[in-house]
Amino acid sequence: MDIHEYQAKELLSRFGVTVPRGGLAYSPEQAVYRANEIGGAKWAVKAQIHSGARGKAGGIKLCRSDNEIEEAAESLLGRRLVTNQTGPQGKLVSRLYIEEATDIDKEIYLSFVMDRAAERIVVVASAAGGMDIEEISHSRPDTLIKVEVDPAVGMQAFQAREVAFGLGIEPELISKMERTILGAYRAFRDLDASMVEINPLVITKQKNVVALDAKMSFDENALFRRPQIAELRDKSQEDPRETYASDRGLAYVGLDGNIGCIVNGAGLAMATLDMIKLAGGEPANFLDIGGGASPERVTKSFKAVLRDKNVKAILVNVFAGINRCDWVAKGVVDAVKELEIKMPIVVRLAGTNVEEGRRIIDTSGLTVISAESLADAAEKAVAAVKSAA
Amino acid sequence: MAIFINENTPILIQGFTGRIGTFHAQEMIDYGSNVVGGVTPGKGGSTHLGRPVFNTVKGAVQETGAEASIVFVPPPFAADAIMEAADAGIKYCVCITDGIPSQDMIRVKRYMRRYKKVNRMVLTGPNCAGTISPGRAMLGIMPGHIYMPGRVGIVGRSGTLGYEAAAQLKDLGIGVSTSVGIGGDPINGSSHRDILEYFENDPETDAVLMIGEIGGPQEAEAGQWAQANMKKPVVAYIAGLSAPKGRRMGHAGAIVSAFGESAAEKVELLKGCGVTIAATPSEMGATIAKVLQARKAA
Repeated sequence: MDIHEYQAKELLSRFGVTVPRGGLAYSPEQAVYRANEIGGAKWAVKAQIHSGARGKAGGIKLCRSDNEIEEAAESLLGRRLVTNQTGPQGKLVSRLYIEEATDIDKEIYLSFVMDRAAERIVVVASAAGGMDIEEISHSRPDTLIKVEVDPAVGMQAFQAREVAFGLGIEPELISKMERTILGAYRAFRDLDASMVEINPLVITKQKNVVALDAKMSFDENALFRRPQIAELRDKSQEDPRETYASDRGLAYVGLDGNIGCIVNGAGLAMATLDMIKLAGGEPANFLDIGGGASPERVTKSFKAVLRDKNVKAILVNVFAGINRCDWVAKGVVDAVKELEIKMPIVVRLAGTNVEEGRRIIDTSGLTVISAESLADAAEKAVAAVKSAA
Repeated sequence: MAIFINENTPILIQGFTGRIGTFHAQEMIDYGSNVVGGVTPGKGGSTHLGRPVFNTVKGAVQETGAEASIVFVPPPFAADAIMEAADAGIKYCVCITDGIPSQDMIRVKRYMRRYKKVNRMVLTGPNCAGTISPGRAMLGIMPGHIYMPGRVGIVGRSGTLGYEAAAQLKDLGIGVSTSVGIGGDPINGSSHRDILEYFENDPETDAVLMIGEIGGPQEAEAGQWAQANMKKPVVAYIAGLSAPKGRRMGHAGAIVSAFGESAAEKVELLKGCGVTIAATPSEMGATIAKVLQARKAA
């Protein structure tokens, strides 16, 4: 789960990371008011969306007067900002963060990730701050510093110092740097984050260490014990198709094609999408209804898939293990009747009681096409879309 | 003896008396698994499904001599249950639970390192369908009847895609020595590489089908290990060819976040390691059949 920059900064500051003074605004008037509250002569007006690369996309504006702030706020609020991470539809800007401008002397890259190879939290830092990590790994790999944290004892001060000295930080700033690194680490650990990225972390001309931007993502499996983090979810930043499905306990990922997919199990669902692609079609979504495909979940899944108006045909692929194919088939038939679905539906069932399941589908009187195998199902779904077009 | 479990392995159910634990314990008993008891803290001394219930894993191991366990404990308490099994001397543990926080799994992995390798429990999962040695024992939630006994090892992250593979093999008259689910989480007990090593050393396995997916380094590691150490042929299918970067495809670990984690990149790397690739998920069985034929002819 992602959160906004201003939320990440608030969390990090509780752990001793210094952030610039700032305030949230929902309107141009509020933006001006916040700037006056903060004081000074130069402010950054920053669009709050769940994406990096906002600066390059025009989502961050430096302002020197009330007028400039008002104009910047008007131009950003209500707009869909398109960055190289949002996709062409962009993300809606409904909140702005107004921040005092910072005199930058040096920019540093600092992040904490859950490293799957090391099976530990790993600190990644580079003196080439401001660039994104892919750019740094590509063009300045020599500047990368990586430190693994032993989960038994947590990050030690000497490790933070090694990072700080490795970055070439001047001696009088080492203790501030150490406090920042250890603080961000503790935020990661204590809040069950999956990623913390401070880029850039800046050394100011006044010799302070300040997090100028901050990104945090959280382990969704740990939200049960982090209710204060779960509250930070902003549904306006999500694909509405995905919000609808996740609110109903379905694992759904929206894609750009026209064949809706309903599958049990994540691996089989991915394999089904692969098969559709190989058969020359384009899947509209990934959807895992979970191991047990009860009739209620099948109906919910049809509803979720049908919210995508690009869908021209639906492929249901269920490998019934513990449950039975006849039960799943009944669920499909009931859902198609209840929702009065007119588009072609291809159903492939396998596993327990498969013959009975197919009989229910074939004798339902509905225009449901039954398929024998994974490949057969994909081909039939692709053919159905082509003949409908 | 296949790997990890056979008809004699004494099995303990952790989370025995819950709804899910009860259902699958009965399925395992019906399959012929040697279930010797279960653990539910607070219900020790009672009997469930005709087997004794214990308060602690240690107590259960002392009384029953259990060597393997299966965890059906809910996510907030699952890491604790795994560590309890490791400390009680369980040799092989399957964790079915889906939704364990990553930092809990990091702690579990670190905790298990306190035991010397010879005494260290082997963990597979979490978030998996379990392990089955067809015709002998089932330590999982899979439909046992789709697996035919035989000499092909299966290791995979996904439950239902593993069923798909087993069903394809059965249709071709090919049986399975053991099928091991390593689970869909980013941090898991055993990797593809770890399981390949067990299969390479198992005299009852002739070839291995590895079912991988996008995300993480494990398929690549396994390929490199197989190239350097394996005499038995390995066939692989990698799910998620069409998965967009940065999106989590159902499994917590199925996300392309770094170089080399996409299906296309993994396929290329595995090919370079001499692993035979099943180009589509509907050809997993046929590709194994081809590899077995070639081996017989040689």
